[in-house]
Amino acid sequence: MDRYSRQQLFAPIGERGQQHIREKHVLVIGAGALGAANAETLVRAGIGKITIIDRDYVEWSNLQRQQLYTEEDATNRLPKAIAAAMRLRAINGDVVVEPIVADADACLLEQVVARERPHVIIDSTDNFDVRMIINDVSQKYDVPWIYGACVGSYGLSYVIVPNETPCLRCLLEEVPLGNATCDTVGIISPVVHMVVAHQTAEALKICVHAQVNRKLVSFDIWHGQYRMIDVHKLKKDDCPSCSERRTYPALQYENETKFAVLCGRETVQIRPAHRGEREWTTLLSFLTKRGIQVEQNDYLLSFTVDSHRFVVFSDGRVLIHGTNDVQEAKRLYYQYLG
Amino acid sequence: MRCIINGEMIDLPAHIRTVAQLLQHFRIHEKIAIVEINANIIMKETYEHTAIADGDRIEIVHFVGGG
Repeated sequence: MDRYSRQQLFAPIGERGQQHIREKHVLVIGAGALGAANAETLVRAGIGKITIIDRDYVEWSNLQRQQLYTEEDATNRLPKAIAAAMRLRAINGDVVVEPIVADADACLLEQVVARERPHVIIDSTDNFDVRMIINDVSQKYDVPWIYGACVGSYGLSYVIVPNETPCLRCLLEEVPLGNATCDTVGIISPVVHMVVAHQTAEALKICVHAQVNRKLVSFDIWHGQYRMIDVHKLKKDDCPSCSERRTYPALQYENETKFAVLCGRETVQIRPAHRGEREWTTLLSFLTKRGIQVEQNDYLLSFTVDSHRFVVFSDGRVLIHGTNDVQEAKRLYYQYLG
Repeated sequence: MRCIINGEMIDLPAHIRTVAQLLQHFRIHEKIAIVEINANIIMKETYEHTAIADGDRIEIVHFVGGG
């Protein structure tokens, strides 16, 4: 197996470690900049199976840093999970790649983790709501996860091992709101790779059963700062996610259609309570009758009414571009898709 | 007062005497920050009355959501 020879020469991995990597399954949540780079590194390293979940599709503004995608993907508005899977399979045909085009909410993540029992979950998401869900799912199903995040030139990473390290909720007393995002303050690719370097190094350690780094790592690649902090004292005896009195608060969701403003994108996402394939023949004929032009591929359908672009995914989700107003989005949603 | 904050020597205004005041000065929300002084992690509930001193080596880590 010349393919992995250099990795096997590295003593802490060796031939045995390579075999361990081959037997492991990693779940990557998010296929943006972090997800694309995490997935490519682990697929090249010869991981056995990778499941990658993402709700979005490829846009031109992604190409600056989301390394798995091409101009053609952006032109075709291919869902990121699908475009990623195609590229990953071309990189390493030995790896089983499972793409899931869906919003990683509590319901879906529990289903996937309970069914697949991945060996490690890699956070490549862009918000704290979903990270708190990952945090609870990790504790409930006893699967380690690796937090990673970045904005501007700053990034950080931390490994959460159930029953060993403090969890994310121990470190964060509340979900940060109004945080800087890549859409408001920008992001440079090098910091993405620095975060991913830490995440994938820890993922490989988990795969070969080596000791993970227990410290919280943070850095600013532009200003040349790097630090590691020992956070073990922050583990809380009454943490609702990881203590004996745990209730998994992030997994208790109300069963209702949810409207969420996607920060900085002039977009509202709607997730219907009823999950499953959206029937769109009726919608198509309605739009055609009104003379509205519809673009369609196997996974989504999009059309523009006035200044609003609607993107309808086959799993039922809808993105309405051109508004930050939930009420307006609700109106438009029920007007055209309800 | 002069402290080394995230590796840089910084002159702090005289009225800053506690961790809570320091975070406020840098406009960092207390609940999402982790603070270490001279390699000792500071518990969040003590930010209000943990004093900082001249020459302290302070590390402040704040969480971000992007990716």
